[in-house]
Amino acid sequence: MAGEAEQLRLRSQLSRLRSLPLLRGAKLSGELERLQKQLDRITSEPSDEEIWRSVELARHPERPYTLDYVERLLDDWFELHGDHHHGDDAALVAGLGRFRGRTIVLVGNQKGRDVKERTRRNFGMAYPEGYGKAMRAMELAERHGFPLLSLVDIPGAYPGVTAEQHGQGGAIARSQALMSRLHVPVVTCVIGEGGSGGAIATALADRVLMQENAIYTVISPEGCAAILWRDAGEARKAAAAFKPDAGHCLELGVIDAIVPEPEPGAHTDHEGAARLLGDALQESLELLDGVPGDELRRQRRVRFRTIGAVPATR
Amino acid sequence: MSERIDVSIEHKHAPPENGRPHPNTCPTCGSHYRHDELAAHLNVCPQCGHHFPVHARERIAQLTDDGSFVEEAAELRSDDPLGFFDLRPYTERLAEAELTTGLGEAMVIGRAAIEQEPCQLAVMEFGFMGGSMGRVVGEKFARACEGAAERGVPLVSVTTTGGARMQEGILSLMQLPKTVCAVEDLRDAGGTLISVMAHPTTAGVLASFASLGDVLVAEPGALLSFTGPRVVQQTTREKLPEDFGLAESNYRHGHVDAIVPRPELRGTVGRLLRIFADGR
Repeated sequence: MAGEAEQLRLRSQLSRLRSLPLLRGAKLSGELERLQKQLDRITSEPSDEEIWRSVELARHPERPYTLDYVERLLDDWFELHGDHHHGDDAALVAGLGRFRGRTIVLVGNQKGRDVKERTRRNFGMAYPEGYGKAMRAMELAERHGFPLLSLVDIPGAYPGVTAEQHGQGGAIARSQALMSRLHVPVVTCVIGEGGSGGAIATALADRVLMQENAIYTVISPEGCAAILWRDAGEARKAAAAFKPDAGHCLELGVIDAIVPEPEPGAHTDHEGAARLLGDALQESLELLDGVPGDELRRQRRVRFRTIGAVPATR
Repeated sequence: MSERIDVSIEHKHAPPENGRPHPNTCPTCGSHYRHDELAAHLNVCPQCGHHFPVHARERIAQLTDDGSFVEEAAELRSDDPLGFFDLRPYTERLAEAELTTGLGEAMVIGRAAIEQEPCQLAVMEFGFMGGSMGRVVGEKFARACEGAAERGVPLVSVTTTGGARMQEGILSLMQLPKTVCAVEDLRDAGGTLISVMAHPTTAGVLASFASLGDVLVAEPGALLSFTGPRVVQQTTREKLPEDFGLAESNYRHGHVDAIVPRPELRGTVGRLLRIFADGR
């Protein structure tokens, strides 16, 4: 029966995934117990309520944002401003810094903590100028051979008139294209909301991680509900249907590993969350150490060529 | 069995079906046409120039030299990786789309010749679940890139799509980087992509391969925006310009190379193919 075959396939995929990235993470971060819990969460199908809980935690107003991690993980952070063409988008930050002994370039979406900052940073929703800044930082990384880290936390690309007039679609496409050409190691972690095109614009990486309570979606649950249920209020149903939680993303092969968070979530302990994220990023960079640039780029493209392989021909 | 009645004889304006205007009634000027009348004009309104939608098979017939098209990967079908169920099961929507369009998915690929220039084709079908891109569309596009690279011919894509397919969730989002990587591989092989954007080319497809053509050509009046006007209006309460997101606005702001009316499309693409072939 097709159903059983599918189950078998998923199970073998699961055990393969389980044995690789999670155990390595356990060795390094010493979070065995927590990881075991994650494993249980993946094997036992999460309830609709648990999935919605991830959505709420991913959007928690106290959740650490990119600059909270920058402050705790990087030394000598020097922020770069502007796309050097048209404007500076505060919804996406980019810069240079030292991360555990190496110079890196970091790009990340940035939400605001209070009303004033939220407005200034447009609730973390980038304009094309933001992707322009990210691309400039990526090119800098490529020129100097610095690894690229990207932290993804965006509700979605900004739905505005100017954003469209400035070529939002093309900017997202070109940012991905540039990432697929880089010869330096690229590691991405979804640290909150990985919303749609705005997220993938900076997520075409060698290793893609996701924090335990982050979500990664093709469209916001509200957007999906508005289109398919014709009622944005059905967001819970939409989230349950398209399964944006870290466990499912790992199972589907979209991400390589789950980064644990302090209990009951990163919003309660920014220091602890930063330590665990730092360990995971370091581990990923070490996995990519010594791989020649051409090979990195080839494998990166193969990774995305083979995600969610199409079912065999009938 | 009822014969199709030529309503244009009796009425200048066809009576609306279920409250919606008849698909053969021009939404711009209200003129109404028989199927064969529209087809003879490449589905462009002879009165006002409005571009009606074109199905993938018709598009291929309009663009390519007679008998030159050989379809590839026609056997690929989507399954239901998430067990997705909104108001109806995804599998039911897929089956219905296949029945109404006669296509296995929202993209048709194959080899062809346009004005005697060999090329690879990837043509989308809006009638198949809004031309949405799930895993099979992404796979077909990637194979079209590989085919073009292997044969050393340009790839011509014709897009008409609402974006990524929600029913395959995050796996649909992964088709953006997948198709982007496929275009980059094609480029590394010295290949060419000519992207023709028809109405509408939005969201996930605009934010991936459609925007990466060496040359970007749009049909008149085509909506080319990452976010559609309704969502922008609802989210921002901004007053939208009249031509928001349309090909003409994109042209003015420098995002497309040319707006080509459908009757000139075949000639234009043929000319581009010749120019690229001559430069090899």
